[in-house]
Amino acid sequence: MLAVVAIVVPILNQAVPSSSVFHLSAYGITLIGKYLCYGMLAMALDLIWGYCGILSLGHAAFFALGGYAMGMYLMRQIGARGVYGNPILPDFMVFLNYKSLPWFWYGFNHFPFALVMMVVVPASLALVFGWFAFRSRVTGVYFSIITQALTYALMLAFFRNDMGFGGNNGFTDFKDILGFDLHSDRTRVVLLMITAAALAASFLACRLIVESRAGRVSRAIRDAESRTRFLGYPVESFKLWLFVFSGIVAGIAGALYVPQVGIINPSEFAPINSIEAVIWVAIGGRGTLYGAIAGAVLVNYAKTYLTGAFPEIWLYALGALFVLVTLFLPRGIIGLVPARGKNK
Amino acid sequence: MFRPELQVIHRLPSGAQRLFPLLLALWGGVPVHAQSPNDANFLATLGELREATYSDKANIVERLSQAGHPSVRAALTAFLEDRLYFRNNDQKVFLVKSAEGDPLNLIDPLSLKSAGSAPADSLTKIGTNNALRRTLRTTVAHFALSSPEVSVRLDAVRDMSRSLDEATVTLLRQRLSVETNSRVRKEIATGLALATLDGSDTKERLAAIDTLSQSVNQDVRNRLALLLGKAPDGSFDEKDEKVRRAAASAVKTIDQWRTFYSAFETLFFGLSLGSVLVLIAIGLAITFGVMGVINMAHGELMMLGAYTTYAVQTAMPGHIGTSILVAIPAAFMVAGLTGVLMERTIIRHLYGRPLETLLATFGVSLILQQTVRSIFSALNRSVVTPDWMSGSLRLNDALAITYNRLYIVIFMLVVFSLILVVLKRTRIGLDIRAVSQNRAMAKAMGIRTEWVDAATFGLGSGIAGVAGVALSQLTNVGPNLGQSYIIDSFMVVVFGGVGNLWGSFIGGMSMGIVNELLEPYAGAVLAKIFVLVALILFIQRRPRGLFPQAGRAGEDK
Repeated sequence: MLAVVAIVVPILNQAVPSSSVFHLSAYGITLIGKYLCYGMLAMALDLIWGYCGILSLGHAAFFALGGYAMGMYLMRQIGARGVYGNPILPDFMVFLNYKSLPWFWYGFNHFPFALVMMVVVPASLALVFGWFAFRSRVTGVYFSIITQALTYALMLAFFRNDMGFGGNNGFTDFKDILGFDLHSDRTRVVLLMITAAALAASFLACRLIVESRAGRVSRAIRDAESRTRFLGYPVESFKLWLFVFSGIVAGIAGALYVPQVGIINPSEFAPINSIEAVIWVAIGGRGTLYGAIAGAVLVNYAKTYLTGAFPEIWLYALGALFVLVTLFLPRGIIGLVPARGKNK
Repeated sequence: MFRPELQVIHRLPSGAQRLFPLLLALWGGVPVHAQSPNDANFLATLGELREATYSDKANIVERLSQAGHPSVRAALTAFLEDRLYFRNNDQKVFLVKSAEGDPLNLIDPLSLKSAGSAPADSLTKIGTNNALRRTLRTTVAHFALSSPEVSVRLDAVRDMSRSLDEATVTLLRQRLSVETNSRVRKEIATGLALATLDGSDTKERLAAIDTLSQSVNQDVRNRLALLLGKAPDGSFDEKDEKVRRAAASAVKTIDQWRTFYSAFETLFFGLSLGSVLVLIAIGLAITFGVMGVINMAHGELMMLGAYTTYAVQTAMPGHIGTSILVAIPAAFMVAGLTGVLMERTIIRHLYGRPLETLLATFGVSLILQQTVRSIFSALNRSVVTPDWMSGSLRLNDALAITYNRLYIVIFMLVVFSLILVVLKRTRIGLDIRAVSQNRAMAKAMGIRTEWVDAATFGLGSGIAGVAGVALSQLTNVGPNLGQSYIIDSFMVVVFGGVGNLWGSFIGGMSMGIVNELLEPYAGAVLAKIFVLVALILFIQRRPRGLFPQAGRAGEDK
């Protein structure tokens, strides 16, 4: 399925003449890329919620942190082409009277360093937060709500101008990535292909995990946490590493998201985004991985379509969809497909 | 962010203050006789002002004030404020309500009642000059000093203390000998002490500084601090060392008191912010705590309450003050019925699956948002604050408590105790507690659990609506109102411990106070972040909040 997207979409955009009905515009490419990133975030969430019973209501924080790491690299790439023409400082820093680059911006002009940070920053947040939370056995709704507090606190922090992350405007006006123009169709197509590849790779990785012994243990934790602990499994470390891995996947999704949509700002941390991601998973069907991806793509497609076609009623439709799916499709849309086997 | 919704509404008292003597004369029960000899005399003397020279006018003012007619004060105040006119065609003297605008609204100088209006060019103003205004000010102040109202006397003394001269000092001395109210006496003593400070007698000045050190007024403090100033060559402005030392310690005392009062004020701000938090969380404490339902539409129920307030106010435009009282039960009903409807149609299918209630109620919240957007438009609606809720209660020069904050605290206490009474003292409360403790057993005892569920959810939702009424007084009413408060309310409930009303109360209050204590050092946003981080860390130590539910009821909620 993903392979089809990765192959067909570029052809539709590049090879089919723009007069044809099958031609896909640059806007369409970006849109599909965006959906795939959301799908990756949803899958990361499904990995911990569907397979380990950890409901994070702050997963968009990891997504946004990955995005910010990418954004910092892209900002440094602008160089002297900014409005103020400062070769070192990004525009917003000149505007806010920064004299020199803050220490945490060093290194982001090198792509490999930025690449490492896209993984390390979300991972370390997940590690520290998860270590604290799981060690003291914060579970269930309590965990959900403190993750919500976490992303809310981060949002407030990133909104502050003196944090050095551009305040409420965030980063935008990106020019190019690794020397390729971000506005050209070809770059967009390549980015889309990379996203599809990343999604496929992380899907395989997640499948590997859930089908391994660790995956079985985590399902045991989901179903009977105390019992698993009494059987001698280190429940906390299973949860922690799964959570960290999930944070990394979400971070990579965010990093891929930013160059495609061309902006990152603190509203990505908004608690509502995390809740929406949970809803994609619920609608798609949790505990299936591919269901989460399908849910993300479908809900976002519906959102794009309805906001465009019926701006008045899209909230009604979306709201009703959530209510109906929870009431009548507890296993999500995937539940409609006849089951082929258990635990899939 | 907690802060912006608690905007302090300062009423500018200047206009009211100027009108006040006039109103006082109007309402003060002054008997209005028909044209008595006194009246005729008063009118005649007033009439003389028309053509007198400025120095003559001063004499006339003197004579007027001696005559003791009940309307003198109003007339002289009007004269001071350039609101004394005479009509060109019949030369009759009138007061006008305001010197601005055309036509001018006339006031009869005798009865002080409205006497119609007249175009501005048919009237001539009776002018004043600086010297005359000074005389007038003293005379008017003299009248104000002998007013039966304590607040008028206080304002007069404060006014006079700001521009002290020989005449005012004499007036204040005279008043001090007959004044009975202790606050006014204190204020006069402060004013006189300020005057003495300029004298040369060291002993008197030291006594004055001693008196002043009991004040907490910023002006007094600054005046004393002047004594400590240095000239550019390093010598002290004040030559007398004793005075200087006394002034230094007085400034220190005043500063200490001011710090104390500002700490008290911060505490009060914290309490009022905490009250907002408790109000928004308490409905959730019932639906989330007692029923285990994560109601993401809680914020939208508050929004419904706020919009109900707006609708009620729009429906009764002439009665802003009472509309808010009508809005409270109305909001309870609107939000409560919405809640019951939600429970009956959606939530009852989802009991025991808290995370699924989150999704479904989130859907409901979207629908509710769009509904108000369709009915009231996406623009913010502003709800007018009734007069009795604006302004502030001035306790002393350093401490003023705004009424809206005060009422929020009181309102929260009332709502909270009502809920406690309902839960602990009524039959339905007993049922609610029984069902939340052990559903199966309650059912076996013959409690109609379905009905109790609906009632519980309705109660929690109704309280959210009532909280919305309070929010409508503090912030703009818009479709996104709910979203901005939902996280705060969840934090409070989790901090206090799910299923515990007192936990939410103490949790909300302490979060409010900590937030306000941090704010002066860290700024509003950083303070909020600190509170959130502290909360996250706190949950690590006490994973089930301040007051966890004991035993099996606490498991798997």
